[in-house]
Amino acid sequence: MKARLTAPNIQLNEQGKLKHLLTLEGLKQQHLLEILDTAESFIDPNSNKIKKVPLLRGKSIMNLFFEPSTRTRTTFEIAEKRLSADIESLDIQTSATKKGESLLDTLWNLQAMQADMFVIRHAESGAAHFFAQHVAPHVHVLNAGDGQHAHPTQALLDMFTIRKKKGDIFDLKVAIIGDILHSRVVRSQIQALSILEAREIRVIGPKTLLPENPEALGVHVYHDIEEGLQDVDVVIMVRLQNERMKSALIPSEKEFFKRYGLTEKRLALAKPDAIVMHPGPINRGVEIDSAVADGAQSVILEQVTYGIAVRMAVMSIIMSNAAQLAQQQAEQQEREFNLESEAEVEGAR
Amino acid sequence: MQELDIDVNALIDKMTAELKPLLKKHPGAKMIGIRTGGEWIAQSLHQQLELTDELGVIDISFYRDDFSKIGLNPTIKPSHIPWDVEDQHLILVDDVLFTGRTIRSALNEIFDFGRPASVTLVTLLDRKGCRELPLQADIVGMPLKCEQTLKLTGPEPLKVMISEPAEVSA
Repeated sequence: MKARLTAPNIQLNEQGKLKHLLTLEGLKQQHLLEILDTAESFIDPNSNKIKKVPLLRGKSIMNLFFEPSTRTRTTFEIAEKRLSADIESLDIQTSATKKGESLLDTLWNLQAMQADMFVIRHAESGAAHFFAQHVAPHVHVLNAGDGQHAHPTQALLDMFTIRKKKGDIFDLKVAIIGDILHSRVVRSQIQALSILEAREIRVIGPKTLLPENPEALGVHVYHDIEEGLQDVDVVIMVRLQNERMKSALIPSEKEFFKRYGLTEKRLALAKPDAIVMHPGPINRGVEIDSAVADGAQSVILEQVTYGIAVRMAVMSIIMSNAAQLAQQQAEQQEREFNLESEAEVEGAR
Repeated sequence: MQELDIDVNALIDKMTAELKPLLKKHPGAKMIGIRTGGEWIAQSLHQQLELTDELGVIDISFYRDDFSKIGLNPTIKPSHIPWDVEDQHLILVDDVLFTGRTIRSALNEIFDFGRPASVTLVTLLDRKGCRELPLQADIVGMPLKCEQTLKLTGPEPLKVMISEPAEVSA
């Protein structure tokens, strides 16, 4: 599969608004803030409950998971149901692609089943872009994680959680710890934090788990967790992506925990009111100690709940943008038609 | 264009008086205002009637029937109904009754919270003759003609400017 990884404009429509969500790269602060604000409106501030609304009634959304997922897939499904969309979830690992159908044929068949939106998770970086390049103009694509490239809705829900718990992101120092190299979540998180102008972004991990030139991402790099945690407001842990490692990059999980595991003692080096986040799945005793994961500063489970509202926001904004564009085009056509008719009347005189 | 200034407080007083018999019949009746104008009117009525239960507020943006035409309202805020709707007598308050579509949306949203015992519709102004749905208000501050347009500002002070359409030149 050949697809361009960085084609940020393919996801915007003629009005500069989101048509697909493939990556956060190339998006503006206003795009992110619109999503975060809209997500807020789905949550009852008193009960924290997310109510079902009839916004996407009659729309058909297909979840295509070529790679296993629990949290992302389930929260997408819940979000779609809370928006009253009709949904289908396909476990493609066990379907036609196994029988030799090409990705494009699969896509066109699913499109023929009248999907309005695809939510795609794929092990190949660029898969969502590839889909977006080939879908019909009225169909939208949401990236639910592609290879090591991007996981935009995860990063957005993380930003939402940070904003909910700590307020404005531009005041905050954020440390991301663990397997930075293989994580699509981290790539998207760094992009989101940069767009929202976080005060400082730190990445902490061994050289073998960092990209070659991490400073190019606009982050401060630390190899010593204790040094890196000093004075931060937000601690984001990510797991070791063993399935994406092509060779042994760490001596052992035990050794990794000894050097980079988040313990209560280490967490005490961050600000006293720092929050601890993790996109899941967590590996207790590998990157995070149970006492921290279950501790008072952990917001890991709230991230999951907020993921529903954020995904609802992304889907409804994309459909809303499409509606507004169609309306504008219809009005434009009407104006042109009227002008033409006037010209004809003039001509007849 | 002719502009008319309306004494909103007098209308609120009149509506308050008309609501009193209802509250005698259903002393536990609860009030919901439709954001934004309806919420302002509801706040005034709620205060005058000295209702003890907190005022509910709904934002009907997610329930509009024109999402596929105009998309999302960017200033949408969560609805807040702080008590159980089930089996309650409700007073639903809006600023203007026009096509009836807002009230349709509001009723749908309310029924997603539960099944009320009854809903009484109260609106400050009623632009009669332009209804697109079979909905009428129980208590109206002041009736208008469909052609009259208006602008409500608030919440302090609540003001309405009503404009008569300019006479169509032949």
